[in-house]
Amino acid sequence: MTKEYLKSRSSFLAVLALALPLATVVSMPTGAAASDVKSIRVLDYYNDSPDREIYGDMLNACADTLGVTVNREVVPGNTLIAKILQQGASRTLPDLLMIDNPDLQQIASTGALVPLTDLGLSGDGYLPQVIAASTYEGKLYGLQPITNTIALFYNVDVLKEAGVTPPTTWAELRDAAKKLTTGKRYGLAFSAPANYEGTWQFLPFMWSNGGDEKNLATPEVAGAIQFWVDLVTDGSVSRSVLNWAQSDVNDQFRKGNAAMMVNGPWQIPVLNSDPSLHYAVVSIPTPEAGGKSIAPLGGETWAVPNTGNEATEQIAAKMIACLNSDANQVKLGVLRQTVPTKTSAAVLDEYLKQAPSMKTFAEMVQTARARTAELGNDWPEAATAIYTAVQLALTGEASPTDALKQVQQ
Amino acid sequence: MPGFGTNGPSVAVARRAGSRRRERFIQQLFLLPAVAYILIFFGYPVVKNVVMGFQNYSMKSFFTGKAPWVGLQNYESVVSSPIFSSALINTIVFTICSIAGQFVIGLAIALYFRKRFPLNDLLRSLILLPWLLPLIVSSAIWRWLLDQDNGALNRILELLLLADRPGWLTTTSLSLVACILVNIWIGIPFNVAILYSGLQEIPEELYEAGQLDGATGWTAFRWITWPLMRPVVSVVLMLGVIYTLKVMDLILGLTGGGPANSSQTLATQSYHLSFVQFQFGQGAAMANILVAISLIFALLYLYINKFAGKS
Repeated sequence: MTKEYLKSRSSFLAVLALALPLATVVSMPTGAAASDVKSIRVLDYYNDSPDREIYGDMLNACADTLGVTVNREVVPGNTLIAKILQQGASRTLPDLLMIDNPDLQQIASTGALVPLTDLGLSGDGYLPQVIAASTYEGKLYGLQPITNTIALFYNVDVLKEAGVTPPTTWAELRDAAKKLTTGKRYGLAFSAPANYEGTWQFLPFMWSNGGDEKNLATPEVAGAIQFWVDLVTDGSVSRSVLNWAQSDVNDQFRKGNAAMMVNGPWQIPVLNSDPSLHYAVVSIPTPEAGGKSIAPLGGETWAVPNTGNEATEQIAAKMIACLNSDANQVKLGVLRQTVPTKTSAAVLDEYLKQAPSMKTFAEMVQTARARTAELGNDWPEAATAIYTAVQLALTGEASPTDALKQVQQ
Repeated sequence: MPGFGTNGPSVAVARRAGSRRRERFIQQLFLLPAVAYILIFFGYPVVKNVVMGFQNYSMKSFFTGKAPWVGLQNYESVVSSPIFSSALINTIVFTICSIAGQFVIGLAIALYFRKRFPLNDLLRSLILLPWLLPLIVSSAIWRWLLDQDNGALNRILELLLLADRPGWLTTTSLSLVACILVNIWIGIPFNVAILYSGLQEIPEELYEAGQLDGATGWTAFRWITWPLMRPVVSVVLMLGVIYTLKVMDLILGLTGGGPANSSQTLATQSYHLSFVQFQFGQGAAMANILVAISLIFALLYLYINKFAGKS
């Protein structure tokens, strides 16, 4: 009997589960008072531990202070855009949405997001370059609590043994990489695959050399590509970088197959899991001594989709304000090896007090640039052109100048 | 059987006609789920994709539902892009070489398994393994095996002093070759399975009779096995072509279409346009060209199937 009961119960639940989303769509309240909001729907892509829990806890804590509960959906990173498109088409967008910062302007251009200034938020007190990525046609659509970038990691023991000091200029980097290359070990590793990861890793070299995505066929961009080509032809960098993701680069560094690498702070937990590995981090070298190292800004921004429900939009804006409170920016930064985006000295001091090892990254973020700041919606095209040109030159299919002319068409 | 009741024959006839009509109606009702399924899950996406190919379908279109009609503009920009011709050639080379490799090796293995030897069944089921692995797993593993510096393949070649560590996935001249080799490895189980079952269908007596006439080995294969296998072979080849034309995940996993677009095919390019550059109209146009090519082979398959059924 019990079995039979359970069976009928579970099928009833199945029917209910199917009917529920329909019911919510039909009975969507509009213009209700803020106090009527019981829960808000959140969509993000932090689906790996510990990020999943870090954000889960913080979202819940913020929701508690607002008297609502969080109904959170977490999807794998590469499916988020498809999910947003599907939800946009079926008018089922969540109340609070996380977006990778270079994608924000694309989504904002569709009209799917509410300007945050309409909901009482402002970008004052944040790094202007971080705000630039979250701004579309002069309006602020997202706020990003933390950011990251890439820098040069080096193996302390290996450099000491070879008598090499951490490089600060391109000439020093090329020299150091040459000296550190022996047998199975390469002096340097970076990531140059046929996707946006390749573009992301190349940008510090391109920007620091005065290159600009608005016009790629310039001597500055060609010079940066030529520098990568030189490193590979010297034999200091493996040709395999053409197919390495940043995680592969990290593996090579960890195994001792590369003495230095270009990578981001999200690799730190992996590197720290090996106590025999001693590494340190410096800014990415610049073409000339004393130059400014300009790296790209990473991280995700939080936005409020245009659901037409003012009450939940207000609550969602308050959630964003909570995620961006001084204390929470510091907390997220420390827990996730990322850098707070507020410019206030108090925030940065407190952050560096708790995470002194992040000093290099915190410094690099101050001069870093957003990928979509200049081109906005046209960024994907430029990003494709950049990694294609790098690949054309590294494979020897074309000289850097010719490669850039080819992709510029 | 006479009428059902006492109403006389004419009413009975009318009733019978009525019940026949009802029966036919009910029969057609049984078709409804299948027809609905095909319309919803095949008809709608195909029509939608064809329409999308003529629209400026951007990310915005998903939210506003509006996509301006642009005629053949998507097709023009897709076909005139410098990548198109190399992607088309890559698609043709990839398909022909993959099919040839899969078929020849598959047939050889299938013929080998006709012989009786110990562990035959076990080995035959083991050979299906590549087919059972998710493509994303296979491509990740092959990416390691084919790595230039530390890959197993290059280590073996080095031990045999055969080659100086070729960059399988990082050289423009080798990346497509590497994709083809891995795709052949993935396709062999399918070919073995179908061809082996085809071989099982050939009666043993024919070989015995052939033996009396002196037809053994190659002669037996040429004059007995091959003619009787023709229908199965045509099915394997046609399905193989259609499967191979649309291979995308494998190439994306191995090389991402690189380096420098050297392993880009129509399928990977269509994916790139739609889901990386968000130009859904152009992506749809590229996909439609691919569908049209597949359709030619699908029709050819149907034609050959019909022909084979008659003979």
